[in-house]
Amino acid sequence: MASSRPRTSSFSRNISSAATSQIPGVKLGPNGTSFLSSGIPDLDQILGGGFTLGSLVMIMEDPEAPHHMLLLRNFMSQGLMHKQPLLYASPERDPRGFLGTLPSPMASKEGKSHEQPADQDTNLRIAWQYKKYFGEQNSEVQRGGKAEYCNDFDLRKPLERHFYSGQRVDCISLRDSPNLEPLLERCSTFSAQISKSDGNITCAGRIAIQSLCSPQCDFSDKDWDMLSFIRSLKGMVRSSGAVAVISFPPSLVSPTFVKRWLHLADTLISVKAIPDEDKELAKLLTGYQDMLGLLSVHKVARINTQVPAILEATTFSMKLRKRRALVLECLNQAPVDGSSGSSYGTSGSCSGSSKTGNHDF
Amino acid sequence: MPTGKKKRKKSLRGMDNSLLEEAVGIADNRGRVVVVVEDCVETSGAFVLHHFLKRSLHPDSSDVVVFIAFAHPFSHYDRILRKMGCNLTVQRKNQRFLFLDMLTLECPDRNEREAREDGLLALYGEIEKAVEIYSSLEGSRTITIMIDDVSLMEVAANGSSNHVLDFLHYCYSLKEKYGCSFVTLNHEDIYSSANTLPLILQPEYLADVIIKAEPLATGLASDVHGQLTVLNKGSACDLGGSSSKVRNFHFRVKENNVDYFYPGTRT
Repeated sequence: MASSRPRTSSFSRNISSAATSQIPGVKLGPNGTSFLSSGIPDLDQILGGGFTLGSLVMIMEDPEAPHHMLLLRNFMSQGLMHKQPLLYASPERDPRGFLGTLPSPMASKEGKSHEQPADQDTNLRIAWQYKKYFGEQNSEVQRGGKAEYCNDFDLRKPLERHFYSGQRVDCISLRDSPNLEPLLERCSTFSAQISKSDGNITCAGRIAIQSLCSPQCDFSDKDWDMLSFIRSLKGMVRSSGAVAVISFPPSLVSPTFVKRWLHLADTLISVKAIPDEDKELAKLLTGYQDMLGLLSVHKVARINTQVPAILEATTFSMKLRKRRALVLECLNQAPVDGSSGSSYGTSGSCSGSSKTGNHDF
Repeated sequence: MPTGKKKRKKSLRGMDNSLLEEAVGIADNRGRVVVVVEDCVETSGAFVLHHFLKRSLHPDSSDVVVFIAFAHPFSHYDRILRKMGCNLTVQRKNQRFLFLDMLTLECPDRNEREAREDGLLALYGEIEKAVEIYSSLEGSRTITIMIDDVSLMEVAANGSSNHVLDFLHYCYSLKEKYGCSFVTLNHEDIYSSANTLPLILQPEYLADVIIKAEPLATGLASDVHGQLTVLNKGSACDLGGSSSKVRNFHFRVKENNVDYFYPGTRT
């Protein structure tokens, strides 16, 4: 790694880090961690760069709406863009059908209509120490279509077949097996293949398991088996260069076990649909009509650090930009008459966070 | 702020003193305590564990730590403790730090039903052997045994909380025999139903110090990460007035240390 480059001065930046970032789709983060893109640019930004390599991401489903599928699809599509090995498990009879529903990336010109890089350079002055974090992002975006860290996906356009026909995509149905052994075996062979050889990550992999405890699976009543599966998966993923995303309906996990599931997650996200005609909510939130649902971030992976991640807001609205690309926005609360100053307890509001910002001085 | 007292302890232990140190108050009676740390999904209590780890491995003392890891691999702790000014790799070489990685160790024998007990028995055997060796080296050193996630130990034992309880009781027996200290972390919010409660109540009963990490009732804030409640049961030799103290204060976790302060004393 670093030994190949002679270091002239002791003050030079450690270049070994630049070598690992050559892996497509992997971005370096703080504390010696690296990030994989979630496939949703806004979610990457919220999480501080993306899903941490080696972490277990859990998505709490809304039992009445398939919003978690949006996240899973974007996550897997992004993996195909980077030509990463994928593993997908679902309770469907034909899990390969999932590949047909993956969104395709937008042409880079129209997708970048929000001009992220230009914005950051002009409006924001970043202290030089932090520039490296932003700089990487920019350079990656500007390098053109192929090497993009995170694509915008067009949810209306299915991914063309050639993207996944030639690649390593394992699909498993959870339905036929009486226990989790086959799945665990597949996961372990998968992670063994991509695991770090002598400490270096050669290739990043993505594992997505949809609706782990859904009642179609025979093992859905074996709470301890599922827990120990998640624990083993977590251990596997941690020692290899992969990210595992598990979505599950929390209402179907027995109540004494839900907390254990939540504790096992490195990153914890929940999605919720919003009812069509909720007059009270419509009054409270601006842009209610365009909203698809709500996404909350409960936990952010803390690997190699003890400092908790405190997000400015934890709940975001999921919207479709131009009916195509999934975007996440901070909730904007419409002013409530009579009580203008009482938005203190609402952590999700933008006005609240800017208010606390004033107290810093 | 009792600054006089603070200074005295600082010189005694050679470490920066904090509200946590004061509340736990182990500095006076040199080890042999059982500490139970409890946290919840919203607020992780792992930093308390890091604090005790750093404290035991301080260069002034010759204490030994046996660390049983269920939650994170060695690299995770190594990186965190290095930022706090304590090199675990070096301590491992100096025979002061033993890291038992249970993330991988119990995975292979997961299949067999009988192996469940064997796994924990083997682990206890390993601990006992290590404690025996360490205590034979020198008379004065304290051995601290740390478990970073008791609930995951239960998962590793495939749900038989009785085996875990047995394991913990065996470990507590080492306290009398070799004068070991214990620091264990568990998640309080998991245990709500009656049949799972013993795993949180029994260790609490046996503990000398209980530390609970909770989120603030008012939600997350960037400069207050949560509150700690420290219940110090006090030892029998203490004066009556000072035993069983409850302290409550806020904390803010930073990379290299943690700020502790009373509510409202932060500007």
